[in-house]
Amino acid sequence: MGPRSSIGAVGRGVAAALATLLIGGGAAAQEPIRIGTFLSVTGPASFLGDPELKTLELYVERLNAAGGVLGRKLQLIAYDDAGDAEKARTFAKRLLEQDKVDALVGGSTTGTTMAVVPLAEGASVPFVSLAGAVVIVEPVKKWVFKTPHTDRMACEKIFVDMKSRGFTKAALISGSGGFDKSMRAECLKVAGQRGVEIVADETYGASDTDMTPQLTKIRASGAQAVLNAGFGQGPAIVTRNHRQVGLTQPLYQSHGVASKEYIKLSGPAAEGVRLPAAAVLVGDLLPADDVQKAVVVGYRDSYEGKYKSEISTFGGHAYDGLMLVVGAMKSAGSTDKAKVRDALEATKGYVGTGGVVNMSATDHMGLDLSAFRMLEVKNGTWALVP
Amino acid sequence: MGGQWLQFVAGGLTAGAIYALVGLGFSIVFNASGAINFAQGEFVMIGGMSAVALLATGLPLSVAIALALAVAVIVGLLLDKLAIEPARNAGTVTLIIITIGASLFLRGLAQLVWDKRIHVLPAFSGEQPIALAGATLLPQSLWVLGVTALAVAVLSWFFGRTLFGKAMLASSYNALAARLVGIQTRTVLLVSFGLAALLGALAGVLTAPITFTSYDSGLMLGLKGFAAAMLGGLGSFAGAVVGGLVLGLLEALSAGFVSSAYKDAIAFLVLLALLFFMPGGLLGARRIERV
Repeated sequence: MGPRSSIGAVGRGVAAALATLLIGGGAAAQEPIRIGTFLSVTGPASFLGDPELKTLELYVERLNAAGGVLGRKLQLIAYDDAGDAEKARTFAKRLLEQDKVDALVGGSTTGTTMAVVPLAEGASVPFVSLAGAVVIVEPVKKWVFKTPHTDRMACEKIFVDMKSRGFTKAALISGSGGFDKSMRAECLKVAGQRGVEIVADETYGASDTDMTPQLTKIRASGAQAVLNAGFGQGPAIVTRNHRQVGLTQPLYQSHGVASKEYIKLSGPAAEGVRLPAAAVLVGDLLPADDVQKAVVVGYRDSYEGKYKSEISTFGGHAYDGLMLVVGAMKSAGSTDKAKVRDALEATKGYVGTGGVVNMSATDHMGLDLSAFRMLEVKNGTWALVP
Repeated sequence: MGGQWLQFVAGGLTAGAIYALVGLGFSIVFNASGAINFAQGEFVMIGGMSAVALLATGLPLSVAIALALAVAVIVGLLLDKLAIEPARNAGTVTLIIITIGASLFLRGLAQLVWDKRIHVLPAFSGEQPIALAGATLLPQSLWVLGVTALAVAVLSWFFGRTLFGKAMLASSYNALAARLVGIQTRTVLLVSFGLAALLGALAGVLTAPITFTSYDSGLMLGLKGFAAAMLGGLGSFAGAVVGGLVLGLLEALSAGFVSSAYKDAIAFLVLLALLFFMPGGLLGARRIERV
């Protein structure tokens, strides 16, 4: 290699380095904030994941149209785990390692969430889960938060309502899914504290289509009310079978079926069923001075305006998850994962679709019992129980 | 206790009738081809989902059901013509694998043509439960039991009294001999698939008001129908019916008297034990291997 070609080589090298710096440096300012999500858009939990994905897409678009966050655009990277915990793990790994997301907002079900918790903890990335079971935030994990109310809160709200109607003996019937099992365990734990005795404890399989044997046993147990802890098609079948075997004892469902889909599948048997749910379902029924009214009605109008289909509490949880992360980034002034995590933990007074959120180092959910409203099915739609 | 027992039996018989219809489909195709058609469960799903979709277009329920049955039969005939017949000289294992592939294909197609949500059909004659000796029965259960009994009666008349039915039985005993006396075994296979699809779709339409339907509801039902057919003796029609009812009763009674969590395990344990002692199923082996 002669002197001329080596000067040429050095010159080319310097030019390349300068170009990379310029392009690289320029790109860093434009780099989008990456929000990763893995949701159960298809499969048995699709009524959770589908509105969640639609909500995230809608609001990422809106935030970007309003100028983005911290001067940068938001980029949503979404994968569908179809309700399978193994798939959720694989997609979360891809989000963390390949897509290098700044935060995770996802995990439609307890099963998929718990599969990803070790990954988020190991990668030190803030993870806001959209699933229900209390085990997600208890014991508190440094990087894991959740927006939906816990199953324990649902149990407590239901038991408080039962006591207020004079019922002290309740029957429990639950399915075999992660959420079902977790809620059943929580209800068994807190029933005594709330003055309710569990006199029957039946279970059914996830794809079972006939729960009349279990409900027949419950009929003979002396229960004054029935609590069905579950989600998916099981509760709809339990509701129908409950009517079929002639049970007159009131039926309570969990917040896992707080959607019109459940009412449609259960048919006329759903009349009189009570369940705890977020205020987002009954925006119109809220009094004008209710602290959540504006957020809830705003979410409903935006979602229904774009998608022409009814909202559900699950989409609302995704809205809260996204807004909490965005709020934390704004208050931390950066997307540094540790700073965002600290800001998330310090959230106080955030008014969301699920309730008013006040997080702390020991509480990574931030909701209390007032965030749940007791609803009853009347004439095929929701009514607020005062 | 008496009322409880009757309630369990009623539920078990209803589920059992559905398994019987699906099991009959398995037996009919097994008789005609020697292979198990694992797409049988998808016929159930196609029957239910088509009826839901047709109903949503505004047609009256009876018309929607009739058209849904027709759709399923067409799918069954197409399955035979396009996938089974070209491979009829391949071994039974190949045929079985082809049917597994077909079932995956149909399930995927169902997701695209319809959707992935759960759907319900309105009950045929209302939802008012009927009280009967301490148990309550849904009118829809009576429909299930009645139509299944009717289907079994029509099938026995068809196979026992009509020339074509007897020809189908003949070709199941000995395909070569049947062909030698002029029976078109290809037509027999085609009609078998159509018949199996009709029975499957009937089960789907009958059960959709009680157990709902969705793109993957064929999986579990196909498996249980197959277990019912095995329990009663694969290839035997009476066996499929008996097997279905026994399986349904086993499930309901173990859920009621033992534990609802273990009911599937108990039902299949009994199935395994029975097959261990009577490998030909309850109503005996249809084929005898001459060594």
